[in-house]
Amino acid sequence: MMTRVWRLWLRLVVLAWCAQASAQTTLHDDRGVAFTLAAPPRRIVSLLPSLTESVCALGSCDRLVGVDRFSNWPARVAGLPRLGGLDDALIERIVALKPDLVLAAPAARATDRLEALGIKVLVLESRDHADVRRTLGLLAQALGTPAEAEVVWSRIDAALNAASARVPARLRGLRVYFEVDPTPYAAGAASFIGQTLERLGLANAVPRELGPFPKLNPEFVLRAQPDIVMAERRALADMKRRPGWASLRALQTAQTCGFESSRYELLVRPGPRMGEAAQQLADCLGALK
Amino acid sequence: MSLPTSDHARRRRLVIGLGACTAFLLLAGMAAGSEGWSLGALLQTLNGPDATLIVGEIRAPRTLGAWLTGALLGLAGAVAQGLFRNPLADPYLLGSASGASLAVVLVLAASALAGHGIGLATADGLARFGLVGAAFAGALLGAGVTLLLARGAEQTTRLLLAGVVVGVVLSALSDIVTSAAPDALRGKQAFMLGSTGFLGWGACGVLAAGLAVVLPLSWRLARALDALTLGEDSARSLGIRLSRVRLALVAALALATGLAVSQTGLIAFVGLVSPHLVRRFAPAPHGFTLLASAASGGALLLMSDVLARSLVAPQEVPVGVLTALLGGGYLLWLLQRRRFA
Repeated sequence: MMTRVWRLWLRLVVLAWCAQASAQTTLHDDRGVAFTLAAPPRRIVSLLPSLTESVCALGSCDRLVGVDRFSNWPARVAGLPRLGGLDDALIERIVALKPDLVLAAPAARATDRLEALGIKVLVLESRDHADVRRTLGLLAQALGTPAEAEVVWSRIDAALNAASARVPARLRGLRVYFEVDPTPYAAGAASFIGQTLERLGLANAVPRELGPFPKLNPEFVLRAQPDIVMAERRALADMKRRPGWASLRALQTAQTCGFESSRYELLVRPGPRMGEAAQQLADCLGALK
Repeated sequence: MSLPTSDHARRRRLVIGLGACTAFLLLAGMAAGSEGWSLGALLQTLNGPDATLIVGEIRAPRTLGAWLTGALLGLAGAVAQGLFRNPLADPYLLGSASGASLAVVLVLAASALAGHGIGLATADGLARFGLVGAAFAGALLGAGVTLLLARGAEQTTRLLLAGVVVGVVLSALSDIVTSAAPDALRGKQAFMLGSTGFLGWGACGVLAAGLAVVLPLSWRLARALDALTLGEDSARSLGIRLSRVRLALVAALALATGLAVSQTGLIAFVGLVSPHLVRRFAPAPHGFTLLASAASGGALLLMSDVLARSLVAPQEVPVGVLTALLGGGYLLWLLQRRRFA
């Protein structure tokens, strides 16, 4: 009699434990740190614009309680507390907001400090298209809405395809020089911008071997003679004044895409708006003569 | 030194060495391009269709410009160290560096701040002024404010202190601007690192004209600097009108630094280390030290530029990193060798 009661009790305990375990989510972030979230987080702080955008794209914008100073999309995050940047995050204000999850990039200096204060920090890194898909998956899992990730990704994918279909056939295979900084740093074929250009059927003037964002010798660009030049509008306007650059055929024939800094921002964020970014590139390419 | 050589012989050796080094580096500067460092590639380029463009429009002015910038910085460094009688003085001491970077940041942030902190017309004007003009004006303004705060160049300590304070305040101001307009941050960083990549013939002309003004001016003041090494009272007793001399030296310093900074950004260490290299190698009166510092500053920056281009071609290493490594490394080696000699 006694043994049966005991066995029953044991079975109940095991069952209860199993039930609890299934409610928990365990995942590994990009540092390899294992995360166990007892319940989906409800107060989230994001320290990177692309992660802010991802949270909102996954339909959990209302769970954000604070963002970094660069996050500016969607418009509703504008009203949230600004918590500094990756290097100068306002630790005290973040802690005061009592977040149950902080989202950060690997470069964030705040991570160690926040973790020491007992706050869960999910570190996510997006370098290319595959990363964006993967981080969307991880984030959706953490948010407790795992099905959303594929929905968002298929939307991005569809937008990429639609943008690709709009690029005029005569531009296919042309080599693009995409400048991310007038030092000059370029977005090479290995970067996510390069991948987007590839999806649009364009080639890159900066080969994959040079890495994602190499600092180039200006001579290299002149020798490469790219067919199309893309940059922020102000940098593009300045290019003809650089020594020798007036002889770039793409500049002479106005095969250029100059983006206003507000629009340019969209292009350099590896996040859920990559599809929209591709559409913007296609807009410009379609208007080239 | 293993052989007892006189200062005179050492000086001659330094001149010959610097001359040979500069000639070699000028040649190397023409050969080092985006495909790396090779004479064969240079010949190929010269015979190719892009010869005038690649070599004539880019490499030649870049090579010459790097040398001229280095020369201005080396000269400014020697003037600063003589003027303040302090071996730690460098050309950026009088607030010119932070003045220049504040001006650059303001121009970069102009479009972002338009309508908020400043008017639209002001923003437009700032943007048209350009980064080069802004940096030059900012450098002169920084030095001017320092002079004003120190009530002229009468007292060296006050001048030095005012320069440090102006530097700190102005860089704090530019930090405020960048936190209001984060867009300016990238441009500011590029300016702080310094770059020789975009020196053209126009820039070379400006730099050469600057050197042609500053070099004779400092040469004329070299005797006063020599007298100053004996102390201010002795210098006065030798009949030197210190306040006028100091003012002229500060003007030369600000002009040289402003020109260099406006064309290439804040290239570190050349101004500090060049006079030391010269003095360690061949102690001499200021006339020689000033000229030799200019020559060694030019050689140092040119060598850094050539290496920056060719080490990981077609990519580039930030040139300021190399000036610190090469100049600092050589100075450490000189110090070490002296101790065991």
